[in-house]
Amino acid sequence: MKIFKKDKRREIKSEEAIEISNTTENTQSSVKLRVFRINAIQDPKDVHHFDEFQVPVKRWTTVLDALLDAKSYQDSSIGIRYSCRMASCGSCGMKINGIPRLACYTKISELSTNTITCEPLPNFPYIRDLVTDFSQFFNHHRSVMPYIQNKKADIPDVNELTEYEQTPEDLDKFLQFSYCIKCGLCYSACPTVATDLKFPGPQALSQAYRYFADSRDTDKSNRLKVIDTSHGISRCHFAGSCSNVCPKGVDPALGIQLLRSHLLGFSNSEKKIAKLQDRSSTSYTSEEEGEGENLQKR
Amino acid sequence: MGQMFFLVESEYKVTSSDFKNNSNKSKQTTRWFSNITLLRESQIMKIHYITGVCALFVVAIHILMRLIMPFNMSLEFENVILNYKNIFYALLLESILVLIAIHGFNGLRVILLEIRQTLIWERAVNILVIIAMIGIIAYGTRTIIIANGFSVG
Repeated sequence: MKIFKKDKRREIKSEEAIEISNTTENTQSSVKLRVFRINAIQDPKDVHHFDEFQVPVKRWTTVLDALLDAKSYQDSSIGIRYSCRMASCGSCGMKINGIPRLACYTKISELSTNTITCEPLPNFPYIRDLVTDFSQFFNHHRSVMPYIQNKKADIPDVNELTEYEQTPEDLDKFLQFSYCIKCGLCYSACPTVATDLKFPGPQALSQAYRYFADSRDTDKSNRLKVIDTSHGISRCHFAGSCSNVCPKGVDPALGIQLLRSHLLGFSNSEKKIAKLQDRSSTSYTSEEEGEGENLQKR
Repeated sequence: MGQMFFLVESEYKVTSSDFKNNSNKSKQTTRWFSNITLLRESQIMKIHYITGVCALFVVAIHILMRLIMPFNMSLEFENVILNYKNIFYALLLESILVLIAIHGFNGLRVILLEIRQTLIWERAVNILVIIAMIGIIAYGTRTIIIANGFSVG
């Protein structure tokens, strides 16, 4: 009898499983994917067009998944740049339904539409389809010297090497700007970049602020000179689009304004911002405090 | 889309390979302007903001001065000339002229610089704007002096 009961339970469970699978199949819908197509490398005079693909989607399908589905089963020639699929590498930036977003970080269910239009990022030269040329973007990034410069760091004697001590408040001054993944979404959303190609853009300027605000950096004046030109930081209109589209929660517009106020010589706002950061969850144990004191003594 | 395609034709060729040349050009530009203007962009913008705020105050005073008599009377020819004869009012008008000219022409320069980014354009805009600003200030000052009665003859 017991064996019979077990079999019956199994049957019921398997029936339930079939029902669930049926319902998921029923809920599985499809969307129309409109993909921007161009081949600017082979033919610079090529006129773009849109190709349409019907792609099956589920609740968790991202735009990148849909694009890769279309690439795998319908048209293998679609040009997409992607790598990590988890919003860490910043490769799959594109204009999705008119807004610059990361394809891997945008779920189709969030867009609440049956037609998804994918275009390359604006303000970037085209290479092919959804792939754009980031040379100018990275050149701007390079021009602000995105690395710590400290002459005291050149210590010939290895035994004299010590840590760079930095308080949590010092860290909070620039921490959010260090989350930048260089995806180029802010650069593509910037209205100033759209008209002024020499403008460094929100990404480069916020990175300039990131290293400017770093307490370990000693070459602040040189960095300010680079951005203090006729096509530099003063050309920012403060539209704020850069901060709206950032997938990592960085606020480049804030960095630009802080840097600009430093250039004008009336700001210590980053100290206030550092104080506003929530560090209530961080509790230091007595041992850690002791270690900190020891470090200071050293 | 038309604008985006335009970027392919012009920007792609320039930016992907010739960045070093561009950066050299921009260095030359900075050197050239530093010789002429002796002001950095942040200093120019500081002057721009200060003149803007100051202009707001002096223009407010200028408009409020209309209220010391009935408004239609304040714009009669004799009253306007009498205003010019008042040395403090003449100085107020002069300060409005200078502040608005500096602020306005720098604003125009900023707009024009964003339209094109060539070296010749930048030079032309800077020179023309400075000449126009000096011209307007000189002409306005001349009017104030003549109306005030300081003019010779």
